[in-house]
Amino acid sequence: MRRVPAVAWTVLIWLMLVTMPYWMNGLGGYTELASRVLVLGLAAMSLNFLLGFTGVLSFGHAAYFGLGAYGAAMTIKYIYPSTPLGILVGVATGTLAAMVIGALIVKLRGVYFAMVTIAFGQVFYFIAFRWNSVTGGDDGVSGWKRQALDLGFTQINILGNDKAFYYFVLVCFAVAVTLMWLLLRSPFGRTLLAIRENERRARFLGIPVERHIWLSFVISCCFASLAGTMYALLNNFTDPRALRWDQSGTFVIMAVLGGMRSFWGPLIGAGIFVVLQDYVSSHTENWMSVIGLFFVLVVLFFPRGVLGMLRRKGLT
Amino acid sequence: MSLLVVENASRHFGSLVAVDSVSLVVPPGELRAIIGPNGAGKTTFFNLISGFFPPTSGRILFAGRDVTQTSPEQRVAMGMARTFQITEVFPELSVRENLRIAVEVATGLRLSPWLTRAANAQIRQRIEVLLRMGGLEDKASRLAGELPHGDQRAAEIMMALALKPQLLLLDEPTAGMGDQETYDITQLIRRLHKEQKLTIVLIEHDMRVVFHLADRITVLAEGAVLGEGTPEEIAKDERVQAAYLGKAA
Repeated sequence: MRRVPAVAWTVLIWLMLVTMPYWMNGLGGYTELASRVLVLGLAAMSLNFLLGFTGVLSFGHAAYFGLGAYGAAMTIKYIYPSTPLGILVGVATGTLAAMVIGALIVKLRGVYFAMVTIAFGQVFYFIAFRWNSVTGGDDGVSGWKRQALDLGFTQINILGNDKAFYYFVLVCFAVAVTLMWLLLRSPFGRTLLAIRENERRARFLGIPVERHIWLSFVISCCFASLAGTMYALLNNFTDPRALRWDQSGTFVIMAVLGGMRSFWGPLIGAGIFVVLQDYVSSHTENWMSVIGLFFVLVVLFFPRGVLGMLRRKGLT
Repeated sequence: MSLLVVENASRHFGSLVAVDSVSLVVPPGELRAIIGPNGAGKTTFFNLISGFFPPTSGRILFAGRDVTQTSPEQRVAMGMARTFQITEVFPELSVRENLRIAVEVATGLRLSPWLTRAANAQIRQRIEVLLRMGGLEDKASRLAGELPHGDQRAAEIMMALALKPQLLLLDEPTAGMGDQETYDITQLIRRLHKEQKLTIVLIEHDMRVVFHLADRITVLAEGAVLGEGTPEEIAKDERVQAAYLGKAA
């Protein structure tokens, strides 16, 4: 019974993503907003690889998101003006940090894990904030721009053409999301579900739980840092707020808002969050309280998130 | 050679001595029941055998190897599988998926990011065999957490069996079950023991089940071995009756 709607959802979502720059404008949005949905959606989906499908809550994913952003920005500004190189360095930086930190915290569970991820995240935030000479401190890394893509036979101008940049982000998003989807449907992915469902049973089936959580954490952070590099490219800028704990919080909110038990839920959550933020913040400075209220209502009445609610309705 | 040897295992929790120098020898193919009043240390003893925590002192040998300090995962890899007093399944996954995870891990695929068609066909076949053995064919697509208690227990036992263990440890397999469910699970355990020649150690409260199934019985009381023998010997043992059977019956 559940299979058919799942496929239908997937097709519908891809169709919407491919056409988003065209209808986003009709809804009063703009292409950059669509790119923002994709980037933050990827971050939230990456977080949810760990949260929804391994059952481990990280409240510090902005650290890896931000490391990706700084890695890309500083590479393009200081080392070599190439967009792909920036992405590569950003992702490598975030993933490497996740490998080290993950190994330190993987024995912790529940709220302790969440607290320590915040703490490590804040370490990176303060480094970026204080180390003026290298990171630009509070002002962030500006004075650089994403570079046109050189494919050898032709160049794609992703700087001047918003739509071109959107589709560039969409390609990266598609690769990342497809990889996550394949992983979750593999034997390895099922061991993660097993850990989420019942850690003790998983252990006594012979799954080395810590090693698998570490892998899941690293994979999740790797894709979060990819999202971070895209975020820096989108803004042609990054600053310490990309690393801060409240940024981590928005990823969690997006995942829970959309539905953390569903694969696409966090993307929907990110869409709602970004569009609501854009719309409400043009009317009032207190946009966060509106989103907060909306979040509380969803959690109270639809604990499985927006997508979880829609899916349930579709079934009955 | 004995499959499981426990030598003077003790486990202290602070000043509490939960298991006090217990020894046990189980030869291959035997079905051993461990009985004893509440608080006798049965589950703690089980946790020592399966590696939930190490003993404070003493040794545990499995298939001739010293496993005293090894992790649960390592013991599973060596052929030891267990179930829990409170059934432990993956509640929000279907019964089939529950079994699939167990079969895949047992096939050494736990880190595999893909599955070949051939491997998948073999896994499916194995899952169907296990479903049939556990009498779960028509419940295969239901969420494990939604099943009645007896079926959840059967699913849990089948997951343990998916690991192709040499030794199966069952912690109170009929706990909290009605008569029919108790009967079904007892028959299932009996089949596994007789048909698969599986070595089983189980903890059980229900004396009908114990006397129906066990080749030998070990009686624990206050963390120590009170007696050991065939069901007939145990039924006659006066100390055992005084400590346990008399009160329970």
